[in-house]
Amino acid sequence: MSSAVVSTSAAQGRPFVFVEEDAGVCPQPSGAELCAEGRPPQRAFLTSVFSSSKDARLAGVTSASQLAVRPAPEMVSSGVAAMDALTGGLPRGCLTEICGPASSGRTTLLLAALAAATGRGECSVLVDASDSLDPQSAAAAGVDLDRLLWVRCGENSPEKSLEQLLRATDLLLESGGFGLIALDLGDLPEQAARRIPLTTWFRFRRAVEHTPTVLLAVERQSIAGSCSSLLVKLGLVKLGVMRMGESGNRANETSMDSQFALPTHAQLLTELEITAELVRSRLDRKPVRSAEITFASKTAWAG
Amino acid sequence: MFACIFVPNFPVAAVFRAEPELRARAVAIFEGTPPLEKVFAVNESATRVGITPGMAKAQAELCSELTLRPRSLLQESVTHAALLDCAQSFSPCVEDAAADMALVDLEGMESLFGSLLKIAHSLFRRAADLGLDANVAVASNPDVAQLAARGFTGVTVIPSGQEAESLGSLPVEVLFAGWDENKDREGKKKEEGQREKSADLLATLERWGIRNLRALAALPEIALSERLGQDGLRLQQLARGAASRTLVPVEAPAVFEEAIELEYPIVLLEPLAFLLNRLLDQVCARLAARALNTQELRLTLALQNLAGVDPQLETFGIPSESDALHNEAHAPARHFISGRQSQFCRTLRLPLPMLDAKLFLKLLQLDLNAHPPGAPIQKIHLAAEPARPRSAQGCLFLPPSPEPEKLELTLARIAGLVGEPRVGSVELLDTHRAEGFRMRRFTPEAALKIDCQKAAEGKSAIAALRLFRPLLRATVTLENGELARVVCLKKKEVQGNVLWKTGPWRSSGDWWEREAWARDEWDIALQNADSVALYRLVHDLLGGSWFVEGTYD
Repeated sequence: MSSAVVSTSAAQGRPFVFVEEDAGVCPQPSGAELCAEGRPPQRAFLTSVFSSSKDARLAGVTSASQLAVRPAPEMVSSGVAAMDALTGGLPRGCLTEICGPASSGRTTLLLAALAAATGRGECSVLVDASDSLDPQSAAAAGVDLDRLLWVRCGENSPEKSLEQLLRATDLLLESGGFGLIALDLGDLPEQAARRIPLTTWFRFRRAVEHTPTVLLAVERQSIAGSCSSLLVKLGLVKLGVMRMGESGNRANETSMDSQFALPTHAQLLTELEITAELVRSRLDRKPVRSAEITFASKTAWAG
Repeated sequence: MFACIFVPNFPVAAVFRAEPELRARAVAIFEGTPPLEKVFAVNESATRVGITPGMAKAQAELCSELTLRPRSLLQESVTHAALLDCAQSFSPCVEDAAADMALVDLEGMESLFGSLLKIAHSLFRRAADLGLDANVAVASNPDVAQLAARGFTGVTVIPSGQEAESLGSLPVEVLFAGWDENKDREGKKKEEGQREKSADLLATLERWGIRNLRALAALPEIALSERLGQDGLRLQQLARGAASRTLVPVEAPAVFEEAIELEYPIVLLEPLAFLLNRLLDQVCARLAARALNTQELRLTLALQNLAGVDPQLETFGIPSESDALHNEAHAPARHFISGRQSQFCRTLRLPLPMLDAKLFLKLLQLDLNAHPPGAPIQKIHLAAEPARPRSAQGCLFLPPSPEPEKLELTLARIAGLVGEPRVGSVELLDTHRAEGFRMRRFTPEAALKIDCQKAAEGKSAIAALRLFRPLLRATVTLENGELARVVCLKKKEVQGNVLWKTGPWRSSGDWWEREAWARDEWDIALQNADSVALYRLVHDLLGGSWFVEGTYD
């Protein structure tokens, strides 16, 4: 019997019985010989004895030697089905970054996430660095405004706004109890946003770990580095425009480059087609291959 | 059975309740109009150094060890209220016998609180928790309890049938102690005739050699009535413990106020916080004694008016009217000037009934940091509006929500960071005007919609508009009446040739008001340095200016 077999059986919690092959040759094992560091008699065999019902119960138990594997975080809906299909949703207790240039759909995705969170009955917070939230858009997106706490930072100086945002975020993470805390850094200049030290992001990530809070950061470019568990990059593909034809029929024109013969007031912006690329996901052990999807976001008046 | 809670030397006890650090010192209370102020009450330490009631204040000031305090009817009033709270925390049947005494009917209380001795000790402890150094006596009738509380210190329980024996050793002066101190609420003394009568009776008993209640009880009734009349018989009945009467219960108003007048005005907020902590502890203890919470705290500070100008209403620390409308949580600070003092008022409204003195202190500190009084403080008055405690049943399946106490503190801190009107939840107004919303207090409990909306599966996202605040002024170049180029000086990335446009969409409103508005809106696409971006361009028809309102993002 080898010590490895003994230790494995002990780790798995299985009782074991030493069976001697030849009682006349091998001496009876004594207590000293059966300690973890001692070597058992060479000709003693180890036989594990357990019932079939115990086998089934122990099937889901992870042995101590395998506890290095972290349990996967709970995923919640981002409010956009295509995004859920791409990323699996937004992870609780982790930092998620959504980045992209202007008109790439960042705010659309942000409001959809807020709508989903408030729709689940959770209290959510939007820490708005540039005071850029449009309450009408939020209401149209389905955000429950009674459950949304809006912190409007927007001072004249980006540095002051950033300081307010970071301090408010610290206070909110310390308070706890929120389903989603969203940081909107979309309109901050990149130089100012990059000044946030990585230790701050690390502190945020540690504060939200092991809590049911989703921490979501919206910005122009990724600035949290390895602190974020999920990084999604957005971009605008094309617009959807509804126009009135000469015969009075409505027609959808999806190309921005086409020459419209009709006056501008006969056209209506109806849709933005957005592409989303999953750049990084630390939620799975195996590295993610860059995946990309496209989804459409309709304007509020498009119906 | 009845219990009596008596606070000896009540004016001094009221001062000690407000300033506990004076207990170990010689203290004298004075009253009257200067320069004829006289010592009104002293504690034992002051008596030992030779200070007596009736002494002139100027004479008492010669003693260096003595601490003098003016008599404060306000402090005595709140101390009396605390005494009633202590009594009512045990029984609903309480008689307000005097400013320094409360009588409690203990009928049926033994099954709740234990034996009579246990009840007496509990009363004693509760009074001590409220800052009252009281005597507690329990007896079979209110008068015996009253006499025992006046005569014996600490806790006394007189079994039924042993009244005469227990009271026998008390001096006869204890029968008349209540007559002199039995004043009405406004402190007016009874008629002088009553005082003279009691003095005569006492003098007569002293002449007869009657020193204690045992001797008085042993006198023959007929002879006593012939010489002293009905008053004498009544006194003898009291001495024997045979008088009986019913309690006259009072419904004390649920007023929870604490106040303190300062000897020297304080300037800094740190010592103010120390005093507020003490007042909050006392108020919360009184609320806890009545099993109540509070949902509103009113702090009134009497300030020293240093300017000496004509009285006028000042607006120090008052937010704008629109802010006051937007933010319902905090009433604006109010300044009222009368004479040489002005009053500074702050009201703290809580989202839920709470009872946490430390939280209240923190919230008041944050509020005062944001709205400082601006003048030295001479008097502090704190009032709490009582409310029934909230009842909430926990559930495993409810979504997580922040704790109300933590949330309130967090919101106060964030408000100190970004400003009160810039944190809260949004309420849309019934208007098409731009920025048609207002901020209000964030109260997640108000969101009563429990049923969750369905997830966004199968439902497309709504394109959002991202606003620029303030609006970006734009310079628009027209070619043949069409939008050709847009330039924003304040934001470099918002400029370029107009690649595509749709509109204009006209909206207007409030033409009957002074703040009428009319605008044309365009949706345009501009070529940025690296991508194309969609903007909403606004033409103000009344002013003629062009603005970039926001980005479709």
